Amino acid sequence: MRRLLPAATLLLAVSALGVTPARAAVGLPQIDFANPLTTSQVVWGALIFAVLYVLLSRGALPKVERVLEERTRTIGADLDAAKAAKQQADIAAAEVTRATREAQAAAAAEVAQAAAAAKAAAGAEAARATATLEAQLAAAEARIHAARAAAMGALREVAMDATSALAGRLMGHAPDAAAVDAAVGAAIASRKA
Amino acid sequence: MATTIDVMGQFRLATALGPVGASVNFTNSNLTMVVVCVLILALLHLGMAPRAVVPGRLQAAAEMLYGFVHRMCIDQIGEEGKAFFPFIFTLFSFILFGNLFGLIPYQFTITSHLAITGALALFVVGLATVVGLRIHGMHFFSYFLPKGLPIVLAPLIVVVEVISYLSRPVSLSFRLFANMMAGHVVFEVFASFMVVMAASLGIVGYVMAVAPFALDVAMTGFELLVAALQAYVFAVLACMYLHDAVHLH
Repeated sequence: MRRLLPAATLLLAVSALGVTPARAAVGLPQIDFANPLTTSQVVWGALIFAVLYVLLSRGALPKVERVLEERTRTIGADLDAAKAAKQQADIAAAEVTRATREAQAAAAAEVAQAAAAAKAAAGAEAARATATLEAQLAAAEARIHAARAAAMGALREVAMDATSALAGRLMGHAPDAAAVDAAVGAAIASRKA
Repeated sequence: MATTIDVMGQFRLATALGPVGASVNFTNSNLTMVVVCVLILALLHLGMAPRAVVPGRLQAAAEMLYGFVHRMCIDQIGEEGKAFFPFIFTLFSFILFGNLFGLIPYQFTITSHLAITGALALFVVGLATVVGLRIHGMHFFSYFLPKGLPIVLAPLIVVVEVISYLSRPVSLSFRLFANMMAGHVVFEVFASFMVVMAASLGIVGYVMAVAPFALDVAMTGFELLVAALQAYVFAVLACMYLHDAVHLH
C-alpha cells in the first residue's frame, strides 16, 4: 500500500492535468450526442478496454494463476509429507505396541516359570519334611509297641506272682508253676480277645 | 451570484492531454480509463510480485479479486466459464475501479456515461449472441421458444422473449449509468448546498453547512456499496447471459 500511494497521487494529478475546460451546455451531457466527444470517448474506450483485456489475459491473470497453482502444489506437497510422516509415526507406534506386548508376554512366562520352580521346590521340601515326620512317627510307634510289650511282660509276671500267692493261701501250698503260667496265659489271652 | 449550482458539470466531456488529445478527441473520460487500467494492472502486478505462499495484504486483495471473479464465472456459466474468465475479469475490474475511482473528489466517473455503459452492455449481449450462434448454430433461436409451451401461445411468447432479449442491453446499461449518475448528482447537490449556505448566510451558514457535509460523508459510504454492487450486478448479468448462450436455459 505504501508503495502504491505515490503512484496513486501521480495518477490523480495526471488525470486532472491537460483537461481543457468544457463549454457549458444545457441538459444532460451524457445524452448530448451532438457533441463529438460523446462518441469519440467510446472509440477510445473500446481501444483502452481491448488493451486492458490483452494485458490482463496475457500477463496479469496468468501471473496470479501461477502463484495460486504454486500454493496449491506447495500445500499438497506439505500435506503429502505430513501424511507420510504420520504413516511412519503409526508404524513406529505399532512397533512400540508390539514390543511392549512381547515384553509383557516374556515377563509373564518368566514369572510363571519362576512360580512353577518355587512350587516344585516347596513340594520337594514338604515331601522331605513329611518323610522325616513319618520316620519319626514310625520310630515313636515302635517305641510305644516295645514299651507296651515290656509292660505286658511285666503284667504277666505280676499276675503270676499274685496268682501263686493267692492260690498258695487258698490251697496251703505253692501251686504248680506250669499250671499258674497256663492259667494266667489263658486269662490274658481272653482279655486281649 | 458568484456561486452557480451546476450539478451536471461533473459529467461534461472535454478533451484531455492538451492539443494532442484535442486533435484526436481524446477525452477526460478516456484519460480516466487509462488511469483506471493502470490501477488494475498495478494491483495485480505489484500485489503478486512477492509470490508469497502466505500472502500479504496487497497480494491477498489481488488474489481475492481474482478468486471472486473466477468463482463467479464457474458458478454462473459452468465449466465453460473458464474461457470467459479473462473477459469477465476485465469487465468487472474496469467497472469496479471506474466506479470507485469516480468517488475520489474532482475525478471523472467513466461509468456515469450512458455511451460507455451502453457500449459495454451491447458488447456483452453481442458476445453472448455470437457465442450462442457459434455453439448451437440455428438451434440457438429455440431459446426464444421455451420447451413444453402450448403451441397456441407460441406467437405471443416468442414476441415477449425476443423483446426481453433485446431489452437486455438497455436495462444493463441504464442500471449502471443511472446508479452512478444519481449518486454523483446527489453528492454535488449537497456540496453546492454547503457553498450556497456559506456564501449567503455568513457565519450561520458555515455552521449549518455541517449538515449537508455530514450527508455527503454518509453518502460516500453508501456510494462505496453502490460502486461495488453495480459492478457485481453488471458482471453477474453478463455471466448469466453467457450461461444462456452456452446452455440455452
